Amino acid sequence: MKHILIIGATSAIAESTAKIFAQRGDRLYLLARNYERLSSLAEDLRIRGGASVGYSRLDVNNFDAHEEILTTAFAALGKIDVALITHGTLPDQKTCETDFNTALAELNANAISTVSLLTHLAKKLERQKNGTIAVITSVAGERGRQSNYVYGAAKGMVSVFLQGLRNRLHRSGVNVLDIKPGFVDTPMTARFDKGLLWSEPETIATGIVRALDMEKSMVYLPWFWKYIMLIIKSIPERIFKRLAL
Amino acid sequence: MELSGWGKYPTINAQVFHPLTHEDVLRCICDNPQNPLIARGLGRSYGDSSLAPHVISTRYLDHLLSFDESSGALTCSAGVSFADILSAFLPRGWFPPVTPGTKFVTIGGAIASDIHGKNHHREGSFTDHVSRLKIATISDGIVECSRERHPELFQATCGGMGLTGVILEATFGLKPIKSVYIDETTLKAKTLEEALDLFAIHHNAPYSVAWLDCSSSGRSLGRSVVMLGEHSVQGGLTPGKSLTLIVPVDMPSFVLNRYTIRAFNALYYNLLRKKRTERRIHYEPFFYSLDGIRHWNRLYGKNGFTQYQFVLPKQASLEGLTTVLERIAASKRASALAVLKAFGKNNTNYLSFPMEGCTLALDFKLDTGLFELLNELDSIVLDYGGRVYLTKDARMSAEMFKRSYPRWQSFMKVRKAYGADRVFHSLQSQRLGL
Ligand SMILES: Cc1cc2nc3c(=O)[nH]c(=O)nc-3n(C[C@H](O)[C@H](O)[C@H](O)COP(=O)(O)OP(=O)(O)OC[C@H]3O[C@@H](n4cnc5c(N)ncnc54)[C@H](O)[C@@H]3O)c2cc1C
Ligand SMILES: NC(=O)c1ccc[n+]([C@@H]2O[C@H](COP(=O)([O-])OP(=O)(O)OC[C@H]3O[C@@H](n4cnc5c(N)ncnc54)[C@H](OP(=O)(O)O)[C@@H]3O)[C@@H](O)[C@H]2O)c1
Repeated sequence: MKHILIIGATSAIAESTAKIFAQRGDRLYLLARNYERLSSLAEDLRIRGGASVGYSRLDVNNFDAHEEILTTAFAALGKIDVALITHGTLPDQKTCETDFNTALAELNANAISTVSLLTHLAKKLERQKNGTIAVITSVAGERGRQSNYVYGAAKGMVSVFLQGLRNRLHRSGVNVLDIKPGFVDTPMTARFDKGLLWSEPETIATGIVRALDMEKSMVYLPWFWKYIMLIIKSIPERIFKRLAL
Repeated sequence: MELSGWGKYPTINAQVFHPLTHEDVLRCICDNPQNPLIARGLGRSYGDSSLAPHVISTRYLDHLLSFDESSGALTCSAGVSFADILSAFLPRGWFPPVTPGTKFVTIGGAIASDIHGKNHHREGSFTDHVSRLKIATISDGIVECSRERHPELFQATCGGMGLTGVILEATFGLKPIKSVYIDETTLKAKTLEEALDLFAIHHNAPYSVAWLDCSSSGRSLGRSVVMLGEHSVQGGLTPGKSLTLIVPVDMPSFVLNRYTIRAFNALYYNLLRKKRTERRIHYEPFFYSLDGIRHWNRLYGKNGFTQYQFVLPKQASLEGLTTVLERIAASKRASALAVLKAFGKNNTNYLSFPMEGCTLALDFKLDTGLFELLNELDSIVLDYGGRVYLTKDARMSAEMFKRSYPRWQSFMKVRKAYGADRVFHSLQSQRLGL
């Protein structure tokens, strides 16, 4: 039985992942902003077999609340085998280009909030000397594109932060997993038309659980995004800058 | 977003809402409702039942809400699928009371179509196992109903094709099982009459269904393979892994033509050597044989296909089915898949499809002349006192519908009483004059 903390637990990807944990009989603690959805999710996970399911409301933009709420979560779980951070927002890139306050809010929600949470979590897991910290970033963080670079910059920042953290926590026996999904059909992307490259949250969830079990450092989900990103990253900048991406 | 049913015909460019909570649904339908609006589950109805310019997807109404370990009573949100229920409950020894031929169907969709399974002759249809519903209505907000409370709303919603409101949650009983395996007996029937006799003889088998070779004609018209099944007590509850193949894109439409279909059917029939075979098989291939091929509807090409499923009353079954099969044979069209099943007694829902008798489901690739043939079949079905299944339909006329579903006016009364006629319409309900 694993002890698992999920932040942004009502995201579609997190819910699918939590269902797998619950059906394995793990102990869960959930943090999310939408309380109606959160309490209903907690009951669902109990019915599925979660050994215990605790939860509290958290708006991740309220940085001042982070330390206390994480302490509560740790106390409820006793120890933490996996801390999974999944919240995120998809900015309107066009608005960000003309309005810095929007860009700042998006950077806060997608990057700074995560840095704050990671800082507190790292201290606790470093002391505990085991466990995994896992964060959902994105393939969008690997190369800036005109259509989506504020989101990409935020995700890229978290990925670099995770690299450093992984390096630091290695000595303490703590694993750091960076999860990079491609296109996933969730509320965040509801307004887009879906094609062949799109995946279901359940597919991503299965991949996350496998990567956690295998103690991986980084994973593309589904696997083929590794090769798509290899190609995208190999295009020389002088050509890339001309592309309508 | 472009939407269609499982048959890929017709399509519509719809605005889709994805409510996360019951409150979101109420906001969607009551505060400034977009009209016409219809609920949609996993889009496994074949035609236009879940299509409208505005659609409420139940995709994220996907939580289990309570479970009684002693009785097996489960309450869940309407967007929960059979696949999800199986993954959560099968390892604990519980199985859906009635299941359709694919597990990618939501509970909301199962109730709205009042679906039947291979056990209809003994267990009735899905809603016969539902004890309580919560529905978001236009006139009264969230209404809880059952056979005792607001029974008219309950009866109209069960089988009501989403036209009374949005089903939010349901309570129904799971049944205890001991194994993921099914003890299956396969019986060959050389003629249609023999197949119908086999259903009658084996009316005690918990599950029964027949695959019918609809490319055969003359003396072997309606030759079939009847499959009987019951939950095994051996083999345990460990789910086991199933292999999934994927049809990645629409196939050219010649892949399934009447020659390949005829060859496939003859091969299948003749591969079964013995008159009677017994084996123990996993529940997946027994109940969900086509789920092993994701997106198999793409095999029919981008023009899509339709399923024609009708039922005939018991006394008229043999003669009526023979007439229909002869008419199809004369048309030189072939159905790749023809599934025959004997139904038990009907329930009292206003628009439920099953009636005591026999049902046949046929898949046809869409091309010119098909609808003319189906119109002819409609009149045969009507003559014999039968009807066509709404959840498979994309083309029936209003007249055919009204004559074969005699309680449609009582249904309309309930629809009006709850203000549903002001908001909820699908392309199908508009075509049928509901
Ligand atoms: C391969 C295959 C095999 C099948 N086998 C069988 C079978 O054996 N027996 C059988 O009876 N059917 C069978 N079906 C048909 C299928 O079970 C029904 O069409 C079912 O309704 C599909 O459910 P869905 O969740 O996909 O709903 P959709 O197709 O999205 O919607 C179907 C109808 O339900 C309504 N609806 C959906 N959710 C709600 C809700 N929450 N509130 C109100 N209305 C709602 C929609 O408005 C629409 O009218 C099969 C279909 C396929 C593709
Ligand atoms: N979908 C994709 O294509 C895709 C691709 C790559 C990466 N990702 C990443 O995957 C993760 C999960 O997203 P998803 O696709 O599953 O979408 P989702 O269902 O829309 O989830 C996003 C979640 O983030 C939460 N959130 C946003 N701001 C918050 C805040 N201030 N405080 C607390 N919670 C907040 C949302 O909660 P509310 O409901 O309260 O708003 C929501 O539950 C995200 O990090 C996303 O960036 C997604």
